[in-house]
Amino acid sequence: MNESAHLWLIPLFPFLGFLLNGILGSRLPRRLVSAIGVLAPLVSFVVVLSDFGATIITAASSCPNCGSVAALALPASETLSYPWLAIGALRVDFTFVLDQLSAVMLLVVTGVGFLIHVYSVGYMKDESGYARYFSFLNLFLFFMSVLVLAGNFLLMFVGWEGVGLASYLLIGFYFQRTSAADAGKKAFIVNRIGDFGFLIGIFLVLTTFSTLSFSQISVWLALSPDWHGTVLTVICLCLLVGAAGKSAQLPLYIWLPDAMEGPTPVSALIHAATMVTAGVYMIARTHLLFDRSPVALWTVAIVGAATALFAATIGLVQNDIKRVLAYSTISQLGYMFLACGVAAYSAAIFHLVMHAFFKALLFLAAGSVIHAMGGEQDLRKMGGLRTKMPVTFWTMTAAVVAIAGFPPFAGFFSKDPILYAAFLQGTGSKVLWLVGLVTALLTSLYMFRLWYLTFMGEPRSEAKHHHSTPLSMLVPLVILGILSVCGGWIGIERFSAYLAPVAAAHRPMPAGNPFLEFILTIVAVLVALEGWLIADKYYRRKPERPAQVAAALPNGYKLLLNKYYVDEIYGAIIVKPLLAFSKYVLGGVDLLLAGIAWLLAGIASMTGMILQRWQSGNLRSYAAWLAAGAAAVLLFLLLTGSPHAWSLPFFHSETIFKVSHITVIQNGQAGH
Amino acid sequence: MHLILFFLFAGFCLAGAINLLLQTHPINSALSLIVVMTSLAVLYLLLGAEFLAIAQIIVYSGAVMVLFTFVVMLLNAGREERTLGSRAATRIGFPAVVALFAVLATIFLHAQGLGAAHLGEGLSSAPGQSNLTLLSQILFHELLLPFEVTSVLILIAILGAVAIAHVEGSKMSSSERVAEK
Amino acid sequence: MSFLQHDVPISWYLLLSAILFSLGVVGFLIKRNLITVFMSIELMLNAVNLSFVAFAYQWHEVRGQIFVFFVMMVAAAEAAVGLAIIIAVFRARSTLAVDRIDLMKL
Repeated sequence: MNESAHLWLIPLFPFLGFLLNGILGSRLPRRLVSAIGVLAPLVSFVVVLSDFGATIITAASSCPNCGSVAALALPASETLSYPWLAIGALRVDFTFVLDQLSAVMLLVVTGVGFLIHVYSVGYMKDESGYARYFSFLNLFLFFMSVLVLAGNFLLMFVGWEGVGLASYLLIGFYFQRTSAADAGKKAFIVNRIGDFGFLIGIFLVLTTFSTLSFSQISVWLALSPDWHGTVLTVICLCLLVGAAGKSAQLPLYIWLPDAMEGPTPVSALIHAATMVTAGVYMIARTHLLFDRSPVALWTVAIVGAATALFAATIGLVQNDIKRVLAYSTISQLGYMFLACGVAAYSAAIFHLVMHAFFKALLFLAAGSVIHAMGGEQDLRKMGGLRTKMPVTFWTMTAAVVAIAGFPPFAGFFSKDPILYAAFLQGTGSKVLWLVGLVTALLTSLYMFRLWYLTFMGEPRSEAKHHHSTPLSMLVPLVILGILSVCGGWIGIERFSAYLAPVAAAHRPMPAGNPFLEFILTIVAVLVALEGWLIADKYYRRKPERPAQVAAALPNGYKLLLNKYYVDEIYGAIIVKPLLAFSKYVLGGVDLLLAGIAWLLAGIASMTGMILQRWQSGNLRSYAAWLAAGAAAVLLFLLLTGSPHAWSLPFFHSETIFKVSHITVIQNGQAGH
Repeated sequence: MHLILFFLFAGFCLAGAINLLLQTHPINSALSLIVVMTSLAVLYLLLGAEFLAIAQIIVYSGAVMVLFTFVVMLLNAGREERTLGSRAATRIGFPAVVALFAVLATIFLHAQGLGAAHLGEGLSSAPGQSNLTLLSQILFHELLLPFEVTSVLILIAILGAVAIAHVEGSKMSSSERVAEK
Repeated sequence: MSFLQHDVPISWYLLLSAILFSLGVVGFLIKRNLITVFMSIELMLNAVNLSFVAFAYQWHEVRGQIFVFFVMMVAAAEAAVGLAIIIAVFRARSTLAVDRIDLMKL
């Protein structure tokens, strides 16, 4: 009944794509490279889809004679027979686990990934590192699927690090640009800081549970239902540090805006839909641990809410289209963290999926706009593209409406459960609800601002390239547009029910009130509408108003425009002292080492110079040293020889024997 | 009698050796060395090594020293010049020599079991066994191989000496050669 | 009378040998003429010969004298070759001063 899920196929094909395109790509024709690059995620998607279909069938029909239909019971896990680590009591295997959570995540990863691969064929058509791009993109998919499928912390960490690597490679794709190379480094380093926290968390898990496998940890936790508190809190906080690094939450979000230096499809895939959601996924995956620690959950919620508001305020005044979208991503990720923090894990995952749809669409559409504008990314220079790029316009509109949270689009169905759960949690969490509400207002505001500035009004500058967008770019836009519209229609209840075996919270949820829920929903929609109206006023009817407001509050405006000077603060507090430390302290160590090296070299050369004088060629000095050596040897023999050294050392029996032997011969010959 | 002879010829040895050191012209040193060698021959006689005494005179004084004298005269070696000395020679060499001598002297003077030499007494007390007989018995029986090898050695030495000292080609004198370079 | 009849201790011969040897080393060190240095070497060899003969007498061992015989032969051969080398060196360097001949390469 339990068919093999062929889980190993899911990462395999992207990996093969990476190898093929990476090694041979520069020599293959472009079409072949594209084919390999696009087929790999397609195959993975098909495998995931078939597995998912099998699980749906199993869940839907628990009939005894369903043998004819291939069914899959979840969780399905595949383990390699050879353990990865078997040291003493520790045993870590290569285990892939497919359960409801990873199935949903994989659908998003491979599906949206596939669409973005198709889009890239058109977008990157004129780029020189074409094969390199697709191989890195496939590499990313490989690591992401490893991350999602991982059955233990260590394998997940492998995927975690790997997606960081792929992200670095892709952000720095245009490595000839210094800013791109720096952005890649910044992303990797900040991620590393988060990874450090993650590692500490893993070590603590290891010492606490003696195992790293998720299933075994859940067994352990089930055995002691009253175990709350200290160690688990520390573990969760460490894991949170890792998640914050990967998912760009406060204070480790600084890399994401800079990551926009990479190609736009990369921003869509990695920095909107999939990699940055890895942190949310990780928290959902380890939610059993988080459930045991109220402190950690509160921290997650506060971090999420604060980040959401913070990023939304910055996104309000940015002028680069991709920066706006980047801050929007950070803000929406904050929503997801908020959801996790109030133990509404299913809501977080649901929002993750919806966000993947419309954020990827937003980025791809923005890419299309940038493509048409010949590389121009400044909003102030765009305008009036509505008529010139209809497909892009309509799909982007769908995405903007979705993210603002208007029914019946996707964002509405996912954002409101989060706000509702936040409201219900308790008195303190009502503050979080309020923060979420204000953020919703700001989200609507800045997204419509972007919409107005890009598509409405008169063109503020001449678009340079007016060639039409290729089909490979339009089709994914349309598909994602449809998903943004209809995706939410699954409904949170069905979604939570599906995810319940793995993502249900273990805390008793406060009793819901349908009437309250309705009221809150209305409030949220009204807030979103208000945001639209404000944007309409400022950016369509009275376009001179934003400048006036900015002039009226110059300090506030500058603060927001410069992202609260966070980068500069970090630079002053962390980077500069570190550089000074390395220069002066470690520089001192460097000097010491150089000094030692110099000393050793000096000793060698001095010894050489001294000993060189010995080889003078002067006969008499040679003779002198010879005599000295001979005297030394004799003295040595004399002083350390046998106790009878004073007596002649050669006066021993053998000589006596010889002497007597000769005397015998002589005597014999003499005829005695 | 033995004592007088010993002191006399030991004195000659020492005088010759010291003269060798003190003289500046090499020919004088060569002649002093001849004196040393001859005195040593007498001392060998006192110690009952007659064959060796004669061999010393014939080989050493009569051949080797003559060779030295020939070379001195051939190369027209003059008085020693004042050249750059070697500091190592004086600073390390002399203490080394002193130490060497001290060690040797200590050993010889404190050794036990050393007797005295009687005049006229040889190595063996058997009649008819002269020093020469004794020597040749060992030399031509047990040590025949080393003996033959030594003769080969001398042959090689002759060849080597001829090869090294041979002047290639022309009959230029050494001074003309030097001027040519 | 008894003084004159006195036998000479072997150690005196050995001491003489030691003195001659040391004088040879001193000559090797202080002499500046190449030939004179070589002569000091001969002096050293002779000193050792004396000591061998003395010991041969002491232990009634004729092998000591045989060794002296071989030493003489080898010394003679060595003197021949050595002087030939001195002649060759003189030809190349046109000096017999030991301090001036300080390069192996002629």
